[in-house]
Amino acid sequence: MLRYTFQRIVLALAIVFFAISALYTVMITLPGDPTTVLLGPRATAEIRADFRERMGLDNPIHVQIAHFWGRILSGDMGTDFNRNRPVADSVFSALPHTVALVFGAIFWSASLGILLGAFSADNRGSWLDRISGVLSVAFIAAPSFVVALYSLLVFSVWLRWFPTIGAGEPGDIMSRLYHLALPSFAIGLAWVGYVARIVRASMLEALGENYIRTARAFGLPRRTVIYNYALRVAILPAVQVLGVGIGGMLSSAVFAEIVFSRPGLGSLIYDSVSGRNYPVVMGAMLVAIGFFVTCALIADLINAALDPRHRSQR
Amino acid sequence: MSAFRHTLMGRLLADPLAVFAMAIIALLVVSALLADVIAPHDPSAMNLADRFASPSATYWMGTDNLGRDTFSRLLQGGRIALYVALTAVSIAGLIGLILGMLAGFGPRWLDNALLFFFDTLRAYPTIILALALAALMPRGLGTVIIVVVITSFAEYGRVVRTQTLSLKNAEFILAERAMGASFARIVFHHILPNVLGPFFILAAMNLPVVITIEAGMSFLGIGVPPGTPSWGATLKDGFDYIRTTPWILLSGGLPLILATLGFTFLGEALRDQLDPRLRKTR
Repeated sequence: MLRYTFQRIVLALAIVFFAISALYTVMITLPGDPTTVLLGPRATAEIRADFRERMGLDNPIHVQIAHFWGRILSGDMGTDFNRNRPVADSVFSALPHTVALVFGAIFWSASLGILLGAFSADNRGSWLDRISGVLSVAFIAAPSFVVALYSLLVFSVWLRWFPTIGAGEPGDIMSRLYHLALPSFAIGLAWVGYVARIVRASMLEALGENYIRTARAFGLPRRTVIYNYALRVAILPAVQVLGVGIGGMLSSAVFAEIVFSRPGLGSLIYDSVSGRNYPVVMGAMLVAIGFFVTCALIADLINAALDPRHRSQR
Repeated sequence: MSAFRHTLMGRLLADPLAVFAMAIIALLVVSALLADVIAPHDPSAMNLADRFASPSATYWMGTDNLGRDTFSRLLQGGRIALYVALTAVSIAGLIGLILGMLAGFGPRWLDNALLFFFDTLRAYPTIILALALAALMPRGLGTVIIVVVITSFAEYGRVVRTQTLSLKNAEFILAERAMGASFARIVFHHILPNVLGPFFILAAMNLPVVITIEAGMSFLGIGVPPGTPSWGATLKDGFDYIRTTPWILLSGGLPLILATLGFTFLGEALRDQLDPRLRKTR
């Protein structure tokens, strides 16, 4: 397990390194003055000249990438010229909002998905099972940004049950959660479908195992066997799916943040792109990719720890 | 007739959801092809006197902020959605097919390098990468297609590689090799046809995803050029006027939901019919 953990961490670091380096290379090799790309349009001629020299833009590409990582590792992500502060400040003040949104989505998809999946497995073959199967696929198919737009229209504009904009009062947990409920639901809905299908399939598999039969033979109530014993095993594969799914959720979060006018990484990147604020785009990409790869790594390690068979696979 | 029941089409027709899905897709394809004939109005003609009209006999789904007929625009949008989806999926699929077979057949180091490459591409959240690239590239369908290809071909590559690896050492391939079959014959006569099943299932499942990405990018203003009647652009108009004219938003989302539902249900049905083993993996 230690060896496996080590291998996975090295692989994850290598992925982040190459993903960001590739993007950086595209940014500096694209036609046009890279100082405009990296500093933003508001930089003066002096800043440009200084920057060009400081970054060694005349060096070969691999040297420039090495310098780029040197700066990142020493904590310097560049300057956010639109807000006049370090990029790190902009990015790390936006990050918690997106993390809350993604974990809210995981909360919705895990709770509803596990319920739906367990219920289907329990009623296997009935028309209820069929309906929940069709519903799961429909949830998966529905584009999350249309779900976000429609739920904004129905629950916030028409029914006025939920707020339409913002992330709530700072420091007020209830207000934060109240603002989080609808956007995180819009992101989580698709994953309700995935989780439900996986929980259903792995639960049906678990129900065929010997220890379940033993528990039944022991005279334990059906409900206890299904919702306590089988479900515990069946949740495992859902963890991995949600871990990998965080990449998709980050994409959906961009829409949820824009539709519900929330602060976060997605709306930060969106605003920075329209303002040609490239250092912020780069910094936010780095953090988004790092967050995604870390979550996928953690889900992978949890799985490997709980199920040794997983370690031999790639 | 009894033979027909056992063909793929026959089996699909026995599944009510697959029939429903094929009906939606047929409707979509026909309306996209005949968009110019069916459309009651010119999709980009502005009629400022009839701005924000509610659905009526003249404007079946109402009009938008510039008085353009929403229904006619959605018909044109179907064209854009299908064009982007088919082009992007074909290009991504072809790249994935070649790289996947290379990884499956090539030496160990090449396999490992390609797998690492696939894993690295998977680390980019699609829409966030789209935003980053949109900052550097001109706005248009070409950019949308490039973003989709970059973020999706790795998935095809992985599937094709796995399939190739498991076939490479199969006994019938060994027998064929023992009889002196050339490398080309093994690849094109034996591996390729067996790889194509899972490959097409994946492609079918990816069509709705690509349609959503195009609409999403156009919604964010980094997809189609301004004024183009993409579904995402209509949704953006609807979002801007959500409080006053919910019609634009409601009708704008409808074809997108129908299209993704149709393709997803068809993909599911195809997968169940062609490869029941795949059922468990997702």
